[in-house]
Amino acid sequence: MTDAIQAEGLEKRFGETQALAGVSLTAAAGTVLGVLGPNGAGKTTMTRILATLIEPTAGSARVGGFDVVKEAHQVRQLIGLTGQYAGVDEMLTGTENLVLIGRLLGRSRPDSKARARELLERFDLTDAAERPAKTYSGGMRRRLDLAASLVGRPQILFLDEPTTGLDPRSRNGLWDIVRGLTDDGVTVLLTTQYLEEADQLADDIIVIDRGQAIAHGTSDELKAQVGGQVLELRPVNEADHVTVARLAGELAGTDPEVRDGLVAVGITDPAIMPAMVRRLDEAGVLLSELSMRKSTLDEVFFALTGHHTDDLDAEAGELAEASKKEGAPA
Amino acid sequence: MSAAGIAVPADLSKRVSPGVTARNIATLAWRNLVQIKHNPMELLDLSIQPIMFVLLFAYVFGPSMAGSVEAYLPVVIPGIIAQNALFAGMATGFGLNTDITKGVFDRFRSLPIARSAPLAGRIIADTAKQGWSMIILLAVGFAIGFRLETGPLALLTAFLLLLAFAVLFSWTSVYIAMKVNEPEKVQIFGFVVIFPLSFLSTAFIPSTDRIPGPVAWVMDNSPVTQLVEAMRGLLVGGPVFDHAMIALAWGVGISLVFAPLSMRAFKQRA
Repeated sequence: MTDAIQAEGLEKRFGETQALAGVSLTAAAGTVLGVLGPNGAGKTTMTRILATLIEPTAGSARVGGFDVVKEAHQVRQLIGLTGQYAGVDEMLTGTENLVLIGRLLGRSRPDSKARARELLERFDLTDAAERPAKTYSGGMRRRLDLAASLVGRPQILFLDEPTTGLDPRSRNGLWDIVRGLTDDGVTVLLTTQYLEEADQLADDIIVIDRGQAIAHGTSDELKAQVGGQVLELRPVNEADHVTVARLAGELAGTDPEVRDGLVAVGITDPAIMPAMVRRLDEAGVLLSELSMRKSTLDEVFFALTGHHTDDLDAEAGELAEASKKEGAPA
Repeated sequence: MSAAGIAVPADLSKRVSPGVTARNIATLAWRNLVQIKHNPMELLDLSIQPIMFVLLFAYVFGPSMAGSVEAYLPVVIPGIIAQNALFAGMATGFGLNTDITKGVFDRFRSLPIARSAPLAGRIIADTAKQGWSMIILLAVGFAIGFRLETGPLALLTAFLLLLAFAVLFSWTSVYIAMKVNEPEKVQIFGFVVIFPLSFLSTAFIPSTDRIPGPVAWVMDNSPVTQLVEAMRGLLVGGPVFDHAMIALAWGVGISLVFAPLSMRAFKQRA
């Protein structure tokens, strides 16, 4: 058994809503599996099934080799869970929160206290240890929540959007903690809405949308598929955008997207940008805007699915059609 | 097991033993009580409200209802104790909903603990709080002239009956806690339902003789009236057994309806 987490065709239906429509995934022991997707894609539902909080409507999953439905009690002895909402008792102090978990896991009181001290120290919460958690900042609460999920030294950790709503500094701090965990051999399943987060932390990434896995691979493989960066060009003369889109398409080898006179194309090779500038110069096209930036999740989605994360289907379909027509080489 | 696989400890338990269940419940009860340390307002709530109610009812309504404060105390003290128990049931739902909406409940359920422990721990803690309120109520009552006409055994029976009814009745608030998305809504339910329910009983009046027919019928058949009458019997004398049995039957009926509904609602919201 080398896979710490394996799921086969997971489905979950809430009344009329199909939250998961057959997701399969595996995470090798000691790796970080990133589950990337927009709000409502089914990330949390999947995490909750794997963490034994809800049962799937169809499909099966094994965590640490145990079935999440039939052997839930064994699974619970191996996992830690940090949810989207920090599951800490706001009325209790940091220490009390961790001692509570320690006691529930069957540790003695002195043992629980020692483990609490150790974790508070590790997560930089020693100064706030005796204050109720309701006085904590958002970042501190997430750290305490993560500490709570580590009291039992889990071998498999579920992190459901651990950095959503955090400022960049707290987010970087949390990333360091997650990296530290994998050094200890912990298997992590991390859900996120941020491409950068998955890129930073995950060995493998699975992209899910509307309850289905739509792509799977390492960060590099996904980037190769969708373009890791985006080159944006806006011609001075709006009529030139057809030329710009055609040249961009030829160089990048992918279909560019044209929106409000701005041509955006996903690229994997940074050398495309100077080449593009030369070609435009030869063609006599002047630009009012030229930039290169990292792809957003939205663009990954657009590249993978042809629709945006926030657009209505019809709208996205039309745009995709329009950009194909305009951008296609003559 | 391959070398690259995760090292599953050999001593994983297959189920939660009764001993572990008891310890889980005790730990979670402790958790709900230790919260008071950081929220002294809650203790004040549990103390001030009973004191206020006893004093206001005794001195404002007493003379008109029963001719004197002293004569009204045997009527109103058991009544307020019963009303307090109903409101304590709402507190159970409020706390439960807070745990669910804040994600604390999920954390507990992801741990290898008894499934019943989070709810049972809360109910036990709420029971302790209720015991505290009942002591305060009786103490204030004694201070202004209320006398226990029965004995310690009857007092103990009164306490147990009250707790049994409160626990059974609290399934209604557990159900509401599962259905709404904010703890405050549980409180609103408490006011809209528990207030009329406690007043449409004999909790604050000696009898329903002068109440208009249909209203009197509702009051006479209310589970709260049965509980109040049983409490009166146990504290100041009078018939107990029938009232207590009817009150408990109501409690069992309510829980038979609302416990499965709560479980279903919980599965749906999860």
